[in-house]
Amino acid sequence: MSDIHHEHISHDSVEKAHSGLNTKVIWKVFWILLGVTIFEVGISFTGISKEVLLYTFIVLTIVKAYYIVGYFMHMKFEVMPLQWSILLPFVLIVYLIFIAIYEGTALGLSIY
Amino acid sequence: MSNNSSVAATSENSVWGGGDSPFKVRWGKLYMWIFLVSDAFTFSSLLIMYGSLRHRFTGIWPKPNEVFTHFPFIHGHVPLAYVGLMTFILIMSSVTMVLAVDAGHQFKKSSVLRWLGLTIVGGFMFLGSQAWEWYHFIEGSEKGAYILADGRFARTDNLEPGVLKFHDGTIAEGSEAQAMIASAKKNIIGATLRENEYGNTPLFGDFFFFITGFHGFHVFSGVVINIIVFILVARGFMDRKKDYELVEKVGLYWHFVDLVWVFVFTFFYLV
Repeated sequence: MSDIHHEHISHDSVEKAHSGLNTKVIWKVFWILLGVTIFEVGISFTGISKEVLLYTFIVLTIVKAYYIVGYFMHMKFEVMPLQWSILLPFVLIVYLIFIAIYEGTALGLSIY
Repeated sequence: MSNNSSVAATSENSVWGGGDSPFKVRWGKLYMWIFLVSDAFTFSSLLIMYGSLRHRFTGIWPKPNEVFTHFPFIHGHVPLAYVGLMTFILIMSSVTMVLAVDAGHQFKKSSVLRWLGLTIVGGFMFLGSQAWEWYHFIEGSEKGAYILADGRFARTDNLEPGVLKFHDGTIAEGSEAQAMIASAKKNIIGATLRENEYGNTPLFGDFFFFITGFHGFHVFSGVVINIIVFILVARGFMDRKKDYELVEKVGLYWHFVDLVWVFVFTFFYLV
């Protein structure tokens, strides 16, 4: 009995959480993702310097990731404990990016 | 729930008494999220290693927009257009998947089937595109690249026969190029795990095969799982359970595959 009750609670709250996403929002996110991708391909042919392009691409990729995870994967409408549990471990990835790129660059400099 | 009212009161007040769902999702979805985090770490490691070694070999690393220049039925160089198209296909299939999940919440079986079916079609289109791209990457150009007598690496171009192109942008043509080709140590056409005509390092090809292959295998698994769920929905399994959460879980996986491609697209093809 208590099992069924429990299932009922969580199912209700799940249903409620989904109210933030409807067909209109889904298509809006699609156009944003498509627009950003076309913009990325477009500016890669312009004469903008490599460094500026690199950081622009990284920012735009994170923008796209935000929309995919937030809306398509529904993370924006989940409760805060779940959001933090899933997203916080990626601090380690930021650290790995820093040390690996730093190391790779240093090794390259020692040779060229 | 219980005959003993004091026990019931305790379980309502304490998070340890059960009946409390701190994440407000059911366990299946939570487990899918935990799996996706671990999978994201795997892909991150691959891409970060790519970045690290690219910085290590910055002097000889191929420029992606000079490698991925093919487009079906177009003779000439169309850089990035094809991967742009692949990105579009995958984003589109992500949209159809989220629409299938949305239809599942409203228990519209036929609508779920339609959108899930389109997602499977999109998945196959992406896999086909990737096979096409792999074919051209492995096959390479007509003349490939040469390792010259002095150890320098020079590429040729289908559109400009008899011209040698070096990584720093300089070119050699005419009799000078012919002499270089005649005395060249080696001619490399296409790509294998050992060498490739795109740059003087096998790492570029290795990473290409490994990262896009690993991602492609994820897409393939996703298509297979989507087909299984499609069959379950068609046979009324979700309607009997009054629960379409399985569509949601496979949806999470599918969006993740799309998400990974967004990063592969940026770090492998754009920069």
